[in-house]
Amino acid sequence: MHRKIRIALAVIFWLGITLLLLDFTGALHGWLGWMAKVQFLPAVMALNVAVIVSLILLTLVFGRVYCSVICPLGVFQDGVAHLNVARKRKNKNRKPYSYSPEMKWLRYGVWALFVIALVVGVQALVALLAPYSAWGRIVQNLFQPVYLWVNNLFAAIAERANSYTFYTKEVWLRSLPTFIVAAVTLVVVIILAWRNGRTYCNTICPVGTTLSFFSRFAMFRPMIDANVCKGCKQCEHNCKASCIDVENRKIDYSRCVDCFNCIDTCKFGALKYRFAWGKKEIPGQARNEGKGQARNEGKGQARNEGKGQARNDKEAAQQGDAGRRAFITGAALAVGTAALKAQEKKVDGGFAVVLDKEVPVRDIPVTPPGSKSVKDFYRRCTACQLCVAECPNNVLRPSTDLKHFMQPEMSYERGYCRPECTRCSELCPTGAIRKITKEEKTQYHVGTARVNAELCVVEKGVECGNCARHCPAGAIMLVKDNETGYRRPVVNEEKCIGCGACENLCPARPISAITVNGRHNHIEE
Amino acid sequence: MERRDFIKISGAGALALGAAAAGCAPKKTASASAEEGPEQMVYRENEANGDKVSLLGFGCMRWPMIDVDGQRVIDQEAVNEMVDYAIEHGINYFDTSPAYLMGQSEKAAGIALSRHPRNKYYIATKLSNFNNATPEASIQMYRDSFEQLKTDYFDYYLLHAIGSGGVAAFEQRYVQNGMMDFLIKEKEAGRIRNLGFSFHGAPGEFDELIGLHDSGKYHWDFVQIEMNFVDWNHADGRRNANASYLYEELDKRGIPIVIMEPLLGGRLANVPEAIAAQMKEREPDKSVASWAFRFCGTQPRVLCTLSGRTNMDPLLDNVKTFTHFKPLTEEELDFLERMATQMMEYPTVNCTDCKYCMPCPWGIDIPGIFKHYNTSVTEGRYPQSQEQKDYRKLKKAYLVSYDRAIPTLRQAEHCIHCGECLSHCPQSIQIPRELQRINRYIEKLKQDTL
Repeated sequence: MHRKIRIALAVIFWLGITLLLLDFTGALHGWLGWMAKVQFLPAVMALNVAVIVSLILLTLVFGRVYCSVICPLGVFQDGVAHLNVARKRKNKNRKPYSYSPEMKWLRYGVWALFVIALVVGVQALVALLAPYSAWGRIVQNLFQPVYLWVNNLFAAIAERANSYTFYTKEVWLRSLPTFIVAAVTLVVVIILAWRNGRTYCNTICPVGTTLSFFSRFAMFRPMIDANVCKGCKQCEHNCKASCIDVENRKIDYSRCVDCFNCIDTCKFGALKYRFAWGKKEIPGQARNEGKGQARNEGKGQARNEGKGQARNDKEAAQQGDAGRRAFITGAALAVGTAALKAQEKKVDGGFAVVLDKEVPVRDIPVTPPGSKSVKDFYRRCTACQLCVAECPNNVLRPSTDLKHFMQPEMSYERGYCRPECTRCSELCPTGAIRKITKEEKTQYHVGTARVNAELCVVEKGVECGNCARHCPAGAIMLVKDNETGYRRPVVNEEKCIGCGACENLCPARPISAITVNGRHNHIEE
Repeated sequence: MERRDFIKISGAGALALGAAAAGCAPKKTASASAEEGPEQMVYRENEANGDKVSLLGFGCMRWPMIDVDGQRVIDQEAVNEMVDYAIEHGINYFDTSPAYLMGQSEKAAGIALSRHPRNKYYIATKLSNFNNATPEASIQMYRDSFEQLKTDYFDYYLLHAIGSGGVAAFEQRYVQNGMMDFLIKEKEAGRIRNLGFSFHGAPGEFDELIGLHDSGKYHWDFVQIEMNFVDWNHADGRRNANASYLYEELDKRGIPIVIMEPLLGGRLANVPEAIAAQMKEREPDKSVASWAFRFCGTQPRVLCTLSGRTNMDPLLDNVKTFTHFKPLTEEELDFLERMATQMMEYPTVNCTDCKYCMPCPWGIDIPGIFKHYNTSVTEGRYPQSQEQKDYRKLKKAYLVSYDRAIPTLRQAEHCIHCGECLSHCPQSIQIPRELQRINRYIEKLKQDTL
């Protein structure tokens, strides 16, 4: 029964969060946005005391149910592990799991590293390790394209039927390095889950480790009644967390994620999820304690620990490597200067070629309106990619800059930050982008446009002024150039909000003649 | 200098003068008053040389296109089929230009037509020397047309789209470079049977051109004008002359008239609901387009009404209109005038999708944007206020259909107002201004400030 409730809730959460990350229409975040906001690390970054306290209380009362229900990466691993276990069960002699002692050195080492990274602000490492960030990255990079393709298929059908229910959404690779990291993360997580269940959660996951400090003292825990237990080890062999030590009739509650598989497996009813406070020892349990411990220390522990550690070191190295490779691949920033050449008209019809825009150099990155400052944004952001997945204007994408690796930044090749859109601010679970209204949005100066006169089409004798015409802030004026007599755009820095309309709509291609550079501080407070 | 003219969408109708007839194929002239009358194309006689021209002509500016290796090319097979059907049903006037369909029209017409005996049809083509009016280039263009059309004479040859720019443009493209003298000699040599021009412009400009005829400097064998029941009295008057004025001036002088834009690029086939309803109330079984064709065919000086189509179905309907031709009565003409007045109240753009403005050097899909806007307006699919019932639904439909019709990079907001298109538009549409108007509307929709 416990297990069924756990599975039902887990499926609801997992589907909810995954759909939230897949959705591009903005239709779901009103319903599902809270699911991202109750994720542990985002709540910490948002200093959302209510959520943090609730999650700790939840853990203190029920144990690490967070890991089995709320965490999408945890639920995903359960799914992967389940497939393998189902396969193994066909062979009655195979034992999917067995007890292994806690890998303290690795577990607390990673945790310490994570906390240091968080404090010092090495967000790339935080994003790499944190479970919600990992899941967001996987969904946005690997699953959303598939979701979009299916959507676009529906859109094509809808178009034929003159229906506007579905519309086409461009599918594009926002950042190759992040894509590669996401792919590697997915492969590593699948391998770990396939082979050993919850290894990631109990050795690497910093949220899992944090919660383990509280789950040891949980009010309710699965407990073995040593008097009933026959030592058949069915529970141990079905424990994804490898935390049941049947020989000693003990469970490592720091690693138990309360999946309740053990309770359902025990044929003798020896395992019960029950009130545990003040019932430290179950009569009869002490009997085995001395013996088992000694034996364990002698053999199993040393062996297991050595093996496990080596394996995990390798995985860590693997992840690091992928990251580095990715940076190199992504570093190439094309800088072109060719402007669109007006095509001579000889016959009727046809279309002039329009070159794709290329990313200009920005000395300071542009981060979304709602972020107080670049620094504040990058300190808080956990790179979950939720805003990237949702941005309807194709503005947000993960950064390839090492300092902000995988954290979002803005660029205007495919669209600009539209005045009526505040979607990322409504979604952001970490408070990196604060919730703002359309009206408040105009108060945020996320960047300043600057003109590169050499690229401006006016220099080629074409009247333009498109930047000025479309500037929602009225920050661009056209002034007469005394030399050429043409009207050139100039930017009033005080008024410019950095939305990128000018850059996006500038006819100079592939590099716009007017580009936005970021600003350190976005709003006066 | 402007561009060319012509044709478009659909066919035309015939007339009162009697549908006289006979021509290449048909013998009976129906005074076609009834649906049950004989299925006979109506012919008009060119009094000057006895040509029996079908009142419905075939325009070669709007043809089916297909993608081949990423290129838009004419679907020759479909064109052959349409041309065969047209000839079989008595159409004998085919109008093309070296500029049409990205320069592919003449060749396709040549292929389709050369499969029929040359004496079965009349060929009209044009000197479309907008881009380069040097004598060499102009003569080259003239000679190429023979080759493309696989013929050694043109029945009707037009100076393409003169008008706005006035006599100065005419002088520049045809007089100073010696082309008029050249063409007159060609006519004497029999390689051009009728020499005329197609006109888009203001009344004053027309007067100047027709003045050349009156003074005996040049003789216009025919003139091609834009005519339909809206432009009859509702052309903008400043930049474009009312068709009623042009018609009267030509009629006075006995100059045969060829009609282009009888359907305003299809806009008179796809009229606003309210107007379609009134037409259907009177003639439930006739297409909306048939009214526009009958209007043109009702005027006796009309030699031929050009219609171009991108597929077979409108052709069938056009042919039906002209083989069961019924001229409009006075009362019906009044009715159409009322419809025209009502149509003027819709904020549509007067674009006929002729694509003369294309390619826009900055990649904008000008006719596509206008077409999407016009269709949305006439079909009542454009939201007008947030208070409106179904505003959300209409907004989504408008924006989604806009993105479907026009790739983002070719939408109105990318127009930089360079003005390159202005001189090419035969309708004298202030294209950048209209694009901006449409874009402002879209911005209001997106920002919910409508």
